[in-house]
Amino acid sequence: MSISTQSERTEQQTMHNMSQKRQNRSLSEFFPVFFGLLWLVIAFYPLLYMFMTSLRSQAGFYDENPWLPPLHATLENYLAVWQAGFSTYLINSLIITIVSVALIVCVSLFAAYAIARLKSRFAQFVFNLFLVGLAIPLQATIIPIFVLISEMGLYDTLLALILPSVAFGIPMTVLILVTYIRDIPKELYESMQIDGATHVGILRRLVLPLSRPALITVIIYQSIGVWNGFLFPLVLTQSPNMRVLPLALWSFQGEYGANIPAIMAAVFLSAVPIILLYLFGRRYLLSGMIAGFSK
Amino acid sequence: MKVFRAQRSTELLAVLWSLPALLFYGIFALVPMAIAVYLSFVSWNGLSALHWAGFANWVQLFHDPVAGHAILLTFGLMILGWVVQTPISLLLGVFMAGAHRYRSVFSFFYFIPLLFSTVAIGMTWSSMLDPNFGMIDILLKAIGLPQLAQGWLGNPNLAFYVVTLVISWQFVPFHALLYQAGARQIPLELYDASQLDGANRINRFFQITLPQLRYTIVTSSTLMLTGSLTYFDLIFVMTQGGPGYATRVLPLDMYISAFQNQQIGYGSTLAVLLAITGILLSVVLLRSTGFTKMSSQLEGL
Repeated sequence: MSISTQSERTEQQTMHNMSQKRQNRSLSEFFPVFFGLLWLVIAFYPLLYMFMTSLRSQAGFYDENPWLPPLHATLENYLAVWQAGFSTYLINSLIITIVSVALIVCVSLFAAYAIARLKSRFAQFVFNLFLVGLAIPLQATIIPIFVLISEMGLYDTLLALILPSVAFGIPMTVLILVTYIRDIPKELYESMQIDGATHVGILRRLVLPLSRPALITVIIYQSIGVWNGFLFPLVLTQSPNMRVLPLALWSFQGEYGANIPAIMAAVFLSAVPIILLYLFGRRYLLSGMIAGFSK
Repeated sequence: MKVFRAQRSTELLAVLWSLPALLFYGIFALVPMAIAVYLSFVSWNGLSALHWAGFANWVQLFHDPVAGHAILLTFGLMILGWVVQTPISLLLGVFMAGAHRYRSVFSFFYFIPLLFSTVAIGMTWSSMLDPNFGMIDILLKAIGLPQLAQGWLGNPNLAFYVVTLVISWQFVPFHALLYQAGARQIPLELYDASQLDGANRINRFFQITLPQLRYTIVTSSTLMLTGSLTYFDLIFVMTQGGPGYATRVLPLDMYISAFQNQQIGYGSTLAVLLAITGILLSVVLLRSTGFTKMSSQLEGL
């Protein structure tokens, strides 16, 4: 912010103006700081509460002030949660997330290339279908998906979670990748075609490296969606050894009932992988979250 | 002849490459949608043989006060959620887009709620709102307002508003992120010019920031309004639709009808209603707000 010094002003006037301007600035910064701090408390205190509570003993939970840190922090809740089969749920969540996202990205990349680069009426039709599909809420299809999965004999398996997750991840992924692939300069494609490259070659040596940012974006966006999904696991699985984390949290609540510290420990643990992702790749994570909704 | 053959092989390749995506989507999204329409005309408890019911489910829908209430609640949630979230996330997004160092430090914390699953958030808030050990009531008692302390989720007059606020709490960071991205794209020259004109912060906000953010407002509002048809997880975890019918929005009514009351046919009728509402809402929103402009913004992704 530059302050213009006009020649006709005396030195003193300028000094006066400067200090007044500075004062105005710090005064005008008052409201934003206040607003910012207020939201900081609203947004973050619930999470702080979650974490502080997870470190309390059951007795501490009843006696201590929930707004303050625990007097005798303990890790016993984490131990209890881990011993209650948490690792099984963690592995299940990892499996469905990795397999689903790999499938989503793989089939979407080929489809997106066909839609963006091959002048084909069929591919265009598929694309329009996906665009319409974006408007259908996933919840509206849960009953027939349940019927379908049961008929296929897949009820209560991890595959039951993977297949519909892939289906609902495809339209958005294709949309993002098509936009990105279209933006790659035409000349690059043409020069590769002149060199006799096949479409597979172009996809592998041109599109794949150049669309890395878009791929990272969709991988993050879809991973978080699958990782945190609740409705498919709730309806399509049943037995404890098929539980994924969100469903496990829900059943912890039934099993542990009043043991809130243990429940909060489970809640916190379930987000650890994504928290790590946030700490080490914040920029990617955040841009992945608003994938396709903003430039 | 050769060109023709090349064209045909390209078409074949296009079909081949778009087929896997289409199959997945077709089998697990489009076919289910068609089955839902079919099931909305049958009577079935999921176990015994299903019976063709004609329009019975649809007639029932128009005479079902619970469904009527669920529809009203869904639209109430949509509007109230929009009213609560839009001003906060807009201000927050503009705030975070500012260059001050302290703002980026704050932003680091603002986004953390986004990392937790809806189930995790619902369980945390349920515990905070507990009438016996919840921190909200403990605070009210401590500051001398014990008469306000209560079971927030157990009060049928309040549960809906409490749930709406928690949903807003969950989604504000996401929309603030959109607004932050939007606000960062506003050319700084616009502000420099108005600074010379002596416009103050509030003038600048209304004269430059707000108009410049209009496409972001459209995008965010569209996502908010269509998204409010999908709120299931949080309400299911916090209240299961209760107390009574106080928070039973359409997706919950559908779930409860189909999976708890074993009325697969009637549940499907509600599902079809949900899908139709979603599609109509998207069409209306995109038409009335200028889809072409929004998609042209998407182009530059």
